[in-house]
Amino acid sequence: MAVTHIDIPGGRVLERFLPRPLRGDAGGQVMLAVLIFTVALVSLLNLAVPASSPLHLSTYAVTLIGKYLTYALLALAVDLVWGFCGILSLGHAAFFALGGYAMGMYLMRQIGTRGVYGNPVLPDFMVFLNYKELPWFWHGFDQFWFAALMAIVVPGVLAFVFGWFAFRSRVTGVYLSIITQALTYALLLAFFRNDMGFGGNNGLTDFKDLLGFPLQRDGMRVTLMVASAVALALGYLACRYIVTSRAGRVIEAVRDAESRARFLGYSVESYKLWLFAFSAVLAGIAGALYVPQVGIINPSEFAPINSIEVVIWVAVGGRGVLYGAVAGAVLVNYAKTVFTGALPELWLYALGALFVLVTLFLPKGVVGLLRARKVSA
Amino acid sequence: MRLTFIVLLMLALAAGAMPRPASADEGSADAAFGAAAAQLANDDFASKEDAVRRILEQRHPGSKPLLAALLDGRVFMRSSDMHVFIVASADADPLELTEPVTLKSAGAGRADDFAKITTNNKLRKMLRGALARFDLGDADAGVRRAAVKEMLRSLDDDTIALLREQLRVEKDGKVRGEIESGLALADLTSSDKKVRLAAIAILRNSLHPDAYNALASIATPAADGSYTEPDLEVRNAAGAAMRKIERWRSFYSGLETLFFGLSLGSVLVLAAIGLAITFGVMGVINMAHGELMMLGAYCAYVMQLLMPNHIGASILVAIPVAFVVSGLVGIGIERGIVRWLYGRPLETLLATFGVSLILQQVVRDIFSANNRPVETPQWMSGSLEINEAFSITYNRLYVVIFALAVFILIQIVLKRTTLGLKVRAVSQNRPMARAMGVRAEWIDALTFGLGSGIAGVAGVALSQLTNVGPNLGQQYIVDSFMVVVFGGVGNLQGTLIGGMSLGVVNKLLEPYSGAVLAKILVLVALILFIQRRPRGLFPQKGRAAEN
Repeated sequence: MAVTHIDIPGGRVLERFLPRPLRGDAGGQVMLAVLIFTVALVSLLNLAVPASSPLHLSTYAVTLIGKYLTYALLALAVDLVWGFCGILSLGHAAFFALGGYAMGMYLMRQIGTRGVYGNPVLPDFMVFLNYKELPWFWHGFDQFWFAALMAIVVPGVLAFVFGWFAFRSRVTGVYLSIITQALTYALLLAFFRNDMGFGGNNGLTDFKDLLGFPLQRDGMRVTLMVASAVALALGYLACRYIVTSRAGRVIEAVRDAESRARFLGYSVESYKLWLFAFSAVLAGIAGALYVPQVGIINPSEFAPINSIEVVIWVAVGGRGVLYGAVAGAVLVNYAKTVFTGALPELWLYALGALFVLVTLFLPKGVVGLLRARKVSA
Repeated sequence: MRLTFIVLLMLALAAGAMPRPASADEGSADAAFGAAAAQLANDDFASKEDAVRRILEQRHPGSKPLLAALLDGRVFMRSSDMHVFIVASADADPLELTEPVTLKSAGAGRADDFAKITTNNKLRKMLRGALARFDLGDADAGVRRAAVKEMLRSLDDDTIALLREQLRVEKDGKVRGEIESGLALADLTSSDKKVRLAAIAILRNSLHPDAYNALASIATPAADGSYTEPDLEVRNAAGAAMRKIERWRSFYSGLETLFFGLSLGSVLVLAAIGLAITFGVMGVINMAHGELMMLGAYCAYVMQLLMPNHIGASILVAIPVAFVVSGLVGIGIERGIVRWLYGRPLETLLATFGVSLILQQVVRDIFSANNRPVETPQWMSGSLEINEAFSITYNRLYVVIFALAVFILIQIVLKRTTLGLKVRAVSQNRPMARAMGVRAEWIDALTFGLGSGIAGVAGVALSQLTNVGPNLGQQYIVDSFMVVVFGGVGNLQGTLIGGMSLGVVNKLLEPYSGAVLAKILVLVALILFIQRRPRGLFPQKGRAAEN
C-alpha cells in the first residue's frame, strides 16, 4: 500500500467524511469518483442532450456501459475470493447466470398474455413444450421481491453447500478450481435440457417490462445502468469493509499460509465458506442486473470459458486489489467490444495472448504496473 | 436308296448324339428356359410368378443370373418382339444387352426401344427366397447362413423340405442352428403336441427375436383371456423357454452395456492419460491439453488428404505424425511458458488456457470453423456379431485395444527406460535428481512433450469417433481432469481404472436417466467423491504426496 491518501489540498479533511472502509484507499476513492462522474455524464448525454447533437450518447452505449458495470461487479466477486483468500473459482459465472435466471424468470412472467401464444400464466416455451401447468419452482416469480430474493439466495445457498463440502474436506488449490469448473459444466449441461423447465438452449428472452416499465425505453436503460453502478459501489464498499476488518486479516492469512492460520486456532473453513458464499451473492446480483440490460439469458452463460474470462479480467486489473478488478473488467471488455467489432477473428488471439502475457509479465496486473512506476518515481 | 439315306441319317444322328448325350437335353432345357424367360414379358404378376417358378424348376445355369437381375430391376424386354434381355445397368442409354439363355452379350440397344419388366412386393419376396436356394449350395458358410435367413422369411412346404434336406448335409454349426431354429418356428404350428414340445426345446436356446415373439404368443393369453395354444403343457414349456431367453437376453444386454462403458471409458482414458503425465507426474495444469488432442485429430484429417487412396493406412501413419506434432507443440509450450511458472499452478492454468484459445483460433483460421470429415477405414467399420443379442462394433473394439496399448506403452516407457527413470526421479525429488546429474530442465521438456504427444495420439483415435472441429478439445478437458483427479494424481493405474469405471457407470446410468442427465449425475457424484477423498481413488503416498 504505497499510496495511502490523495495528495490534493484538503484531501485529508475530505477523508474524514468518507465511510471507514474507504479511508486510506486512494485507488478506491478515485475509482468511485470516476464511477459517479461517468454515470452522471452518460445519463446527461443520453437523456438531456437531443439526439441530433454530436454530443448525444446512444442508448446502445448506455446499455454497454451498464453491462460493463455488472461485469465489474462479477470481477469484484472473483477478486474477493481469489485475490484475498486464494480460492481460484472457475465457476463464478455459474452464480452470475443463476442470478440472471432468477431475474429472467421474473421478466418471463411479466410478459403475460403478450407472448406469442398469449397464455396468461405459462411462458411461450412452456406452451410450446406442452406444459399443462407451471412447474413448482416457477411459482412466486411473478413477484419482483421474490425474484430479487432468489437472485441472492440461490447462488448464495449453492455456494454455501458446495463450499461446505469442499472446504470441510480441505479441497484446495488447483483441485478446487477444477471442481468449480465441473460444477459450472454440470449446470451448463443441465440447463441445456428442455425438461429442466428453463427454456433449454434458447434460454429466456423476449422480455417486455420490469416493474411495469417497458425495458426498451431510454429512461429505463439509464435507470438500469445507474442501478448497476449503485450495486457496484455498494459491493465495492462491502468488499472493502470485509478486507479491512479483522476477519479480512484472517482471510489474507489463510491465503498466505492456510495451515499456519489453522494452527493458530482460526476456523479456516468458516472464513472461507462465508467469504465464498458472499462472493457468490455478489455474482448473483451482477447477473440479475445483467439480464434486463442484455435482454436474454441462456445456458451458454454457464460455459466454463466465461468463468475463466472473469479470472483474466481480475488478473489484468490486478489480483488482490479490489479496484483493480473493476478496472480490469472494464478494460478487457472494452477491448473485446472494439476487437470483436473491428477484427473479430483476432479477438481470440488477443485474449489468449493476454492470458499468457499477463501471467508471465504482469503478475500484479495493470495496478501493479502503475504502483511500481509510482514507487520508482 | 431312301432306306440307306434314312439309315445313314439315323447313324449320323446317333453318332452326333452318342458322344454328347447331354447336348440334346441341353437344347431342350435351353428351349424350356427360354420359354419360361419369355413368359416374364407378360403383363400380369400371376403370370410372372408362374414364370419365376418355371425358371426355378429348370435349374438352368442362367436361372440364377436372370432371377437376380429381375430382383435388381435389370431385366428388360424389347418392345418390338417382346424378347427378354438382361441389361448391365438399368439407367444406361444405350442399354448393354445380355441374352438370358446363353448369357452372351447381345450388343446394345436404345433405351427407348425397351421396357423394364416390373416386379411387385410379392414377386420380390418370392425372388429373394428363390435366390436364397441357390446360395444354400455355396461353399461359404456366411453365404449359406444369409440364404437360410432369407428363406426363413417366407416359409412354405417347399422351402421347409429344402431346409430339411440342407440340414442333413450341413456341417457348419451356425448354419445348422439357424436352420434348426427356423424349422422349429415352423413346427410350433404343428398339430402334433410332441413336435411342438420338441420345437420349444430347440427354440429355448435361440436368441432370435422371432423365436421369443413366437414363444410369447403361445405363453401369454390374448386380451380376452383365451390362448392360441390349446395344451397347458406346451404353454408352460413355452413360458419356461421364454423366461430362459429373457435371462440370456438381459445377460447379453448387460454385457453390451459393459462393453459400451469400457469403450467410453477407453476414450476417457486416452484423453486423460497424457494429462496424467503432465498433471499427475509433473504437477502442471495444462488447460491446452484438449487442444493438443484436437491437433492430433487434425493430423488424422491431413494425412487422409495427403493419402486419399490409402485411407486405411493413413490412420496408422497419422499416429506417429500426431505424436510428433502435438509433442513438439507441447515442448514449445513448456519451454516458452510453463517453465517460468513452476510452483505457481494457478498461473500456469491461466497461461495455458490462453494458449488453448490461440490454438483453437489457429485451427479455425487454417481449416475453417466447420467440422472436418474423417473417413473410417474399411477395417474399422462394421461389427463383430457374436450372436443375435450381442454384437460389437469394430471401431469401439479397436478404441479399447488402442487405449490399453497406449497405456501399456507408457508404463513401459516410465518403468523400463532411462528416460522414465529420470522422469520419476525429477518428479519425486528434483534437487536430488539434479545432484545425481540429471538435467532436470531437459527432463521437464521431454516429459511435457511425452504427455502432449500422447494427447495427439488420443486425438487420432477421437477423430474416428466424433466430429473433428476446433472445439473438439474443449469437450474433453473437464472430463479428463475429473478422470485424473478421480483416479488419484500421479498414479497412471488410477487413471486407467478411474476412466474405465467412469465410462461404465455413465453407460449403466444412461438407460434410466438419458445421456445428458447421466453425465450430470456422474459429474455431481465426482464432485462429492473428491470432497470425501480429495486425493482420489489411489492417493500417492510418501513425501511426494505432501505438496
